[in-house]
Amino acid sequence: MVPCWGLTLSAAGGSFLLTGMPKIALFVPCYVDQLYPQVGLATLRVLRRLGLEVEFPEEQTCCGQPMANSGCAEEVRTLAERFLRIFGSYEQVVAPSGSCVSMVRNHYAQWLEGRPGFDRLRASTFELCEYLVDVARVAKVEGDFPRKVGLHQSCHGLRELGLARSSERMVAPFDKVRFLLGQLRGIQLVDLTRPDECCGFGGTFAVAEEAISCLMGRDRIADHEKGGAEVIAGFDMSCLMHLDGLIRRAGKQLRVMHVAEILEGARLS
Amino acid sequence: MIGHAERAARFAADEDRAHWHDQALWFVRLKRDRQAASVPEWEALRVTAAAVKMHTLSRLADYLEQFERNARSNGIQVHWARDGDEHNAIVHGILADRGITRLVKSKSMLTEECHLNPYLEARGIEVVDTDLGERIVQLAGEPPSHIVLPAIHKKKEEIGELFHQKIGTEKGASDPKYLTEAARGHLRQKFMVAQAGLTGVNFAIAETGGVVVCTNEGNADMGTSLPPVHIACMGVEKIVPRAKDLGVFLRLLARSATGQPVTTYTTHFHGPMRGGELHVVIVDNGRSAILAQETFRRSLTCIRCGACMNTCPVFRRSGGYSYGYTVPGPIGSLLAPLRDPRRYGSLPFASSLCGSCSDICPVNIDLHQELYAFRQVLARAKVVPWRKRFAMALLGLVLSRPWAYRLAGKLARWIVPRLPRALAYGPWNPWGRQRELPPTPKESFRDLVRKEPP
Repeated sequence: MVPCWGLTLSAAGGSFLLTGMPKIALFVPCYVDQLYPQVGLATLRVLRRLGLEVEFPEEQTCCGQPMANSGCAEEVRTLAERFLRIFGSYEQVVAPSGSCVSMVRNHYAQWLEGRPGFDRLRASTFELCEYLVDVARVAKVEGDFPRKVGLHQSCHGLRELGLARSSERMVAPFDKVRFLLGQLRGIQLVDLTRPDECCGFGGTFAVAEEAISCLMGRDRIADHEKGGAEVIAGFDMSCLMHLDGLIRRAGKQLRVMHVAEILEGARLS
Repeated sequence: MIGHAERAARFAADEDRAHWHDQALWFVRLKRDRQAASVPEWEALRVTAAAVKMHTLSRLADYLEQFERNARSNGIQVHWARDGDEHNAIVHGILADRGITRLVKSKSMLTEECHLNPYLEARGIEVVDTDLGERIVQLAGEPPSHIVLPAIHKKKEEIGELFHQKIGTEKGASDPKYLTEAARGHLRQKFMVAQAGLTGVNFAIAETGGVVVCTNEGNADMGTSLPPVHIACMGVEKIVPRAKDLGVFLRLLARSATGQPVTTYTTHFHGPMRGGELHVVIVDNGRSAILAQETFRRSLTCIRCGACMNTCPVFRRSGGYSYGYTVPGPIGSLLAPLRDPRRYGSLPFASSLCGSCSDICPVNIDLHQELYAFRQVLARAKVVPWRKRFAMALLGLVLSRPWAYRLAGKLARWIVPRLPRALAYGPWNPWGRQRELPPTPKESFRDLVRKEPP
């Protein structure tokens, strides 16, 4: 089902898009490009199945989050400027990562404030699930996924993009990712004792604080296992890479999947 | 230099203990959630509290002077201390002038920060911490490991053994009620002979010139009702403009701290007891230097509830001592390096930046964003180890050149699966100590996307 773009208020600047389809740039985080290509492909296919025009600008590399996370601000500047140059000409930017989108939306201002096109780029860069729910207005998800799934709330998507209500906040509950996944036939979203505790990846934290990072990860896995999950689903491959590394080391049967891989087989409308 | 990561690893090496510590604090977090959920306007209170605090900081000097004027007219003696040494000297001066040698204290993180106890003890004054948790760590010769739950790192069996040795409880007894009764009896004797009582200050009200102390055990009230001299020590940031502002903060404080609707005792001191003296010592000790830094100013609005510690997944698994500073956890990871970036440079990295602290903070401090920002301060000051800075500079060079990025990716994906396991998982690879490396597909997304039908 093609969403009605003629009437969609563009988040890009409050102007109505009267020119038909927006041209979407696919922003694929560097480690997804190199290590999890199937997640990038799934994202591309989900968007194209909605009838959207999507391109992958090949000049893109990395948003610079590892350096920003380490405090090395000067190393980020070039990458932020490149990002604006490469993605600034698209109507919208979509990425299968909450963390990298948050980097653009919440942290790039330090390097790009006042640059022509930056405010528009920042407002029109979306994580995949929030794009599907908020922009493409997907209301219906049809497909089968007869598995027990534990939903991992990656922190930056959860708290910095607001993909769901965090457990600390006393506001009405909502969850955009659960809204999408929950509609699949046969899926059982399992209950977790701690619905949104951090998995301990944390970027460079994963190696700088290796002991705590791995303990946090093992605790998260145990919580999913206790809930009976067969699959840990998430919207950030980085957290899932960390959890998967621990799962495989322990020889467990649990597997991790990006939400895009689960939605790839579904019909969204 | 040993930093948080090494100390945390040591704590977490005893996994059972780390899990026990984690569960104990998570229990407090859940109590907080239930209490916060019972207040429909919770989020509005947080925003209001932050606004009141930021406003107060914006004219801090005026409010402090207003407080001083009103306090003096209430008969309170007000003292000003530039730093910890001055603070200690003032407290000691008050005691020494009156020939006081026995002091009872209720909880005050400020006096911990200033290391008042050893200062007074070295000058012949007996100092007894009367908060149960503080008394436990004092008897053990340790600093508090948490600002609200000072002995949270100790199991009841360990406290039983400590009490057996120090205050003569039965060997092997670990029933919390029995131990608490014993401590109560022991402390009662100390209260009866104390010549002065020292407390912290939770809020100082500019408008009325009074101070407010919040406790659960009544020890502050005991320590200020029996002896004739009361000394209250406060950081400059404890000021609130009006008495009615307490209607915001008192609703947030105990709920956030321990999951209680309000502290058991909330005592307002607006003058000395009849025939007695009330001294308020107002301490800067680096606070005005923090106030001058716009990015980190909000850390001064902290009301020391400890919620950021209870919710922090790192703190719960690494213990308060891993931070090596009086105030541990997310807020301490800011306050400590703001004071001494070299000594405490590892603390802003002791966070996965999950943001739970920012969402739970009752005064809405953007803790994880400030930790993120402080890392840049440390990198600029070259406190971040050169290897990390070099690696990041190299990574930056590669990532800003698509050809270099493609080549590096391709090489890594080709080489890593061909390495002997002993090499791939050698000591150089902290990722691989407990985790498998990620998969190394033959083709990257950018290779595969070319084959995708448009």
